[in-house]
Amino acid sequence: MELSPEERALLGGARGAAARRALEYQVKVGEFWGAKRFVPVTNVHMMGDIEVMGDGGLEWLKDTAALGARCAVGTTTNARCIDFAHCTRLGQDAGEVAKERELIACLRRMDVVTTDTCINYQTVYQPHLGEHVAWGDTGTVIYANSVFGARSNFESGPAALAAALTGRTPEYGFHLDEHRRGAFSVELRARLDDLADWGAVGKLVGEPHQSYFSVPVFHGFHRTPAADELKHLGAALASYGSMGMFHFVGATPEAPTLETALGGRAPAERLVVTDADLERVYAGFGRGDGDARLVVFSGPQQSLFEMKQLAALFDGRRVNAGSDCFVTTNGAVLAQSRALGYARVLEDAGVTILEGVCFYILQNLSSMRAANGWTNLVSNSAKIVNIIGAHRFNTILRRTRECVDIACTGVLR
Amino acid sequence: MSAARLRVARAFGPPVEGVALLSEEGFSPRYDLDRWSGVITKAGHKLEGRSIKDKVCFFPTAKGGIAAGWAFFDLQWKKLAPKAFIFGVTNPVMVQGAIFAGITLTDGWTPHPREVLQTGDWVRVDPLGMWIEVLRRAG
Repeated sequence: MELSPEERALLGGARGAAARRALEYQVKVGEFWGAKRFVPVTNVHMMGDIEVMGDGGLEWLKDTAALGARCAVGTTTNARCIDFAHCTRLGQDAGEVAKERELIACLRRMDVVTTDTCINYQTVYQPHLGEHVAWGDTGTVIYANSVFGARSNFESGPAALAAALTGRTPEYGFHLDEHRRGAFSVELRARLDDLADWGAVGKLVGEPHQSYFSVPVFHGFHRTPAADELKHLGAALASYGSMGMFHFVGATPEAPTLETALGGRAPAERLVVTDADLERVYAGFGRGDGDARLVVFSGPQQSLFEMKQLAALFDGRRVNAGSDCFVTTNGAVLAQSRALGYARVLEDAGVTILEGVCFYILQNLSSMRAANGWTNLVSNSAKIVNIIGAHRFNTILRRTRECVDIACTGVLR
Repeated sequence: MSAARLRVARAFGPPVEGVALLSEEGFSPRYDLDRWSGVITKAGHKLEGRSIKDKVCFFPTAKGGIAAGWAFFDLQWKKLAPKAFIFGVTNPVMVQGAIFAGITLTDGWTPHPREVLQTGDWVRVDPLGMWIEVLRRAG
C-alpha cells in the first residue's frame, strides 16, 4: 500500500504503540483486498462485548488500553450482551457481568462513546453522501452505504477499533465506486405493509445471492419506503446475503433511476417479489413443537416509532401467563419512550424492555433457552430468526400484529 | 477426482496442514457455531454436530456478520480454532478476523474443492504459493 507521510510516522510510533499496532494490522487487511491506500474516516462504530470477545479479547483490549490507546475520531459502540438491570433475572453469569463492566470501562478510557446501539444511524450519527466511515454491525453498514450514500465496509470489532485509533481505513470494497454499482434488479410488486414483510424481502433476495459484493437494486414499489422499513430490509439482506449495500430507485441517493443504479449495465438477473412470495416465506417457517412462549422484538433495536406501534398494539392487553416477551432498544429511545408513555404501556402489559442490548447477543443465551424450556422463538425480525440458530431455537417469522397476539395468547398461529 | 491441487485467489497466513472438512453451506461463527465447544450447532446446517477445531474448513460462502472479528481470536484463545478457513467467496469480516487471530484464510477457488478432495483428506494450504494440495486421502 502507498502510505502517506503521516501514516509512515504512525508506523514509526509517532502516536504511540497502540496506533502503530493498529495500522500494522490495517495494512495486512488492506493488502489482502488489494487496497492501494488508506482513506480518512470521520466516524467509527464498533462491536465490543464480552459474549463475542471472550477472555482473550478482553485481555487484548486491556493491553491496548494500557498502551495508551485513544480514539482519533468519534467512536461509538454497538449493542452489548448484558442489561445490568435485568441480568440477574435473566440468569446471566455474574462473572461475565463483571467482565462486561470492566470491558466498558476499558473502552471509555480509550475515549469510546459507549452508546450500546445497533441503530446508531437512527439516533446517533447520520453520515452524508460520500462520507467515509468505519462501521459494524452489518445492519449499520448496509444502511450507511445504501440510505445515506456513505461509504463503509463491514468492520469487525478489531478492525473498527483500529480505524478509531488511526482515523483511517484501507480503501477497498464499498469505499470504491466500482463496487457500489447495482448487480441485479428486484421489482417489488408486493404491498409490504409490515416491517416483517421487508425483512422477508431481504431473505428472499439475500439467501440465494450470498455475496458481500452483490448489490441488489429495488424498483417499482408503489410508495416511498420509511426509514424503519429500509432498516429491516437492509438488516435482512446483510444477514441472509452478507450483502453490504442495496439501491432503492427513487429513495436512496445513488439510485435516481434504475439505469443509474446499475451503472449503465444490464442487470445480471431480474427478480420480482410478489405478495405470494412473501406468504411462502412465512409458510416456510416450521412451527416446531408448537411452543409459543417466547416473542422477541429485537435485531435491530427498536426505533421510537417501533416502540410507539408496539405500545398501541399492546395497550390494554397482557402477555400470556407463562410467556415471555422482550423488546430491545437503546438508552436514547428508551428515555423518550418513557417520557412519551410508550414504555409504561409495554411494561404494564408485561413486556420486558431491555436497554442497550440485542436479544441474539445476550450472554448465556443457550443456557437461558434451556433453563426456560424455550424451543420456539417468534419475532417480526427476519434478521433475528436467521442469526440465532447456533443457540438451537426453532425460529418463526410473523408480522408485528401477529407477534403481539401470540405474546398475549400463548397460541401460535 | 482429476487433480489433487486447487488454486486460490487471495490468501493470508502461514502454511498449514490438517484434515479437510468440506461444507456445502456457508459459515458464520455467530449463526452456526457453539463458540464454547467449537461444534457447529445450528440445526440443519450441513455440518451440524461437526467440530471445526484443528480442521482445514472449506465453506462456499461467508454468512452475516460482524462477530467473526472477535470470535476467531476467541476461538484461538480457547484452542478451538481451525487450522484454516478456505472460502469460495468471503467477506471483509472473515478476513479481518482471521488476520487478527493469525488464522490462515483463503478466498476464491479453482476448481471447486469437491472435484479435488473430500472430508477427511489430509491437505496442505500454502498461502504464499496460493494453492491447496491433497497430501493423503481419507481412510
